[in-house]
Amino acid sequence: MAILEITDLHVSYGAIRALQGISFNIEQGEIVTLIGANGAGKSTTLRTISGLLRPIHGDIRYQGNSITRVPAEKIVKLGISQVPEGRQIFSKLTVRENLEMGAFTRKDKQEIEESMERVFTSFPRLKERLKQLGGTLSGGEQQMLAMGRGLMSRPSLLLLDEPSMGLAPILVEEIFSIISRINADGVSILLVEQNAAMALSIANRGYVLETGKIALAGTAAELLSNPLVQTAYLGES
Amino acid sequence: MKLTWRRLPLKLIAWVIYALLAAGIVYGIIGLVRLNGSVFFIQAILDGLKLGFVYALIALGYTMVYGIVRLINFAHCDVFMVGAFASYYAITRFGWGFVPAILLAMVVCILLNITIERVAYKPLRNAPRITALITAIGVSFFLEYFTALKFAFGADYITYKRPFEVVVWDIGGVLISNITVIIVAVTILLLLLLLYVINKTKIGKAMRATSLDKTAARLMGINIDGIITLTFAIGAALAGAGGVLYAIAFPQIWTFMGIMPGMKAFVAAVLGGIGNIGGAVIGSLLMGEIEVLTVSFVPFGSRLRDLFAFLVLIIVFIVKPTGILGEPQVEKV
Ligand SMILES: Nc1ncnc2c1ncn2[C@@H]1O[C@H](COP(=O)(O)OP(=O)(O)OP(=O)(O)O)[C@@H](O)[C@H]1O
Ligand SMILES: [Mg+2]
Repeated sequence: MAILEITDLHVSYGAIRALQGISFNIEQGEIVTLIGANGAGKSTTLRTISGLLRPIHGDIRYQGNSITRVPAEKIVKLGISQVPEGRQIFSKLTVRENLEMGAFTRKDKQEIEESMERVFTSFPRLKERLKQLGGTLSGGEQQMLAMGRGLMSRPSLLLLDEPSMGLAPILVEEIFSIISRINADGVSILLVEQNAAMALSIANRGYVLETGKIALAGTAAELLSNPLVQTAYLGES
Repeated sequence: MKLTWRRLPLKLIAWVIYALLAAGIVYGIIGLVRLNGSVFFIQAILDGLKLGFVYALIALGYTMVYGIVRLINFAHCDVFMVGAFASYYAITRFGWGFVPAILLAMVVCILLNITIERVAYKPLRNAPRITALITAIGVSFFLEYFTALKFAFGADYITYKRPFEVVVWDIGGVLISNITVIIVAVTILLLLLLLYVINKTKIGKAMRATSLDKTAARLMGINIDGIITLTFAIGAALAGAGGVLYAIAFPQIWTFMGIMPGMKAFVAAVLGGIGNIGGAVIGSLLMGEIEVLTVSFVPFGSRLRDLFAFLVLIIVFIVKPTGILGEPQVEKV
């Protein structure tokens, strides 16, 4: 069954038509990647799914129910969590408080502590820095904190917006292997990336977004071998 | 900015000026103490503290609301006034004591401020900031003039009836009244409560998160509208308590009584760094001291007190616009 189903989504910023009728779906347990150039509309897609933007047309279905008009704070509760572009860590909150905010919609303190321990098994470095302010972490650590924070709501669907942005290659490898592990734990993932090679290496399927429209769709293997993708997004000639 | 050799003389000159200023202040204080006696000086400091604590209760509302919605709530000083009147009616009409009267004032102010936010500011959440600012000024005028109508509080000065007898203790010549004790005690109690809520509770952390990054806060599942309402409520509760304490200290009330203390508390919030809670308290205590020391020691001080208070605002804007504890604001899209 599809965990997320998007049909003919149109989103505008005033006169700027950022999404012009995109449709795609994510099956339960999949990693689906959305690749595309700067300004293609990738972040807009994620913001709309999270309820931060209202589409002018189209439908978003999550686990069979329409969430198109559901406000952002309720969407988290339903099980969709987003790790936004640029991390958006709460800079003046400690690492622990950032993680606690990730669990804002949850009540049971005991279970929240357990989730935090689970986050530490993926990101042990966070545990050493619990009392440090979020803004004082390095870029890589902030990405880890953002992902840890996103996991604290125990999502069924995780939206990741360019998790590799600005990270050293070694760290990118680490982050991607952690994404695979999160997925292996049963979390479906929508992965937005500029690093198409990396994204396709762990994804089941992918969509190529070009100026607000879906230009190509296919399995990761199909996209990796597609000559258009190779020249435009994989830097091969 | 890096310290270069060419800039060094300028830096030195600046430091010399600072040192001279500091020396001047110390010399002035010593001279004042010599001339008037240390008792007089300690008395002034104590009175300044009393005033400063009341300012702090008002300044916190300005600064917290600004921290969350980036709006100077000009009507805040009128909420303070309504707090004073609510307690006045509780005391004179119902014969209530201090504690129930101040609690009533806080509740009335909470309801009023939440209503103001809902009716006047919420519809303008996405409008240009100047629109909301002008609206805030309008709400302020409305409250002042509407409550001055005959069927409301009336336009006259009213003598406030204190809910307790004033007791004054003479400690080595320094006079301390139970009013000062109560003001300081109530303010510190409320401050500790506030700090606990902001720093230790989940909802307090959500408030701080919201003031840092609204979009990220929404992605956490935090209801921004709820946080905004709560912020207006907390600010109003503090202002309400402040209104009661102010009326007890200076027992004459009228519907325009909020303007001056409100302006000074606003200056205090800017002085401390607008949006910063610790800054609001420090700024307020400084403002209280500046005012009382001016009255006590500067020739014609009682006429110059307001001038000096607002001079502080101008100096802050010139020297450090972000205030004592404020940090450079990075405008976010
Ligand atoms: N707040 C906004 N106001 C107006 N236009 C916007 C806004 N945010 C995005 N846009 C426009 O919408 C289009 C899609 O932007 P979006 O951020 O979704 O792109 P993206 O695919 O995430 O790009 P990038 O890889 O650079 O993050 C762009 O043309 C952008 O200029
Ligand atoms: Mg983007």
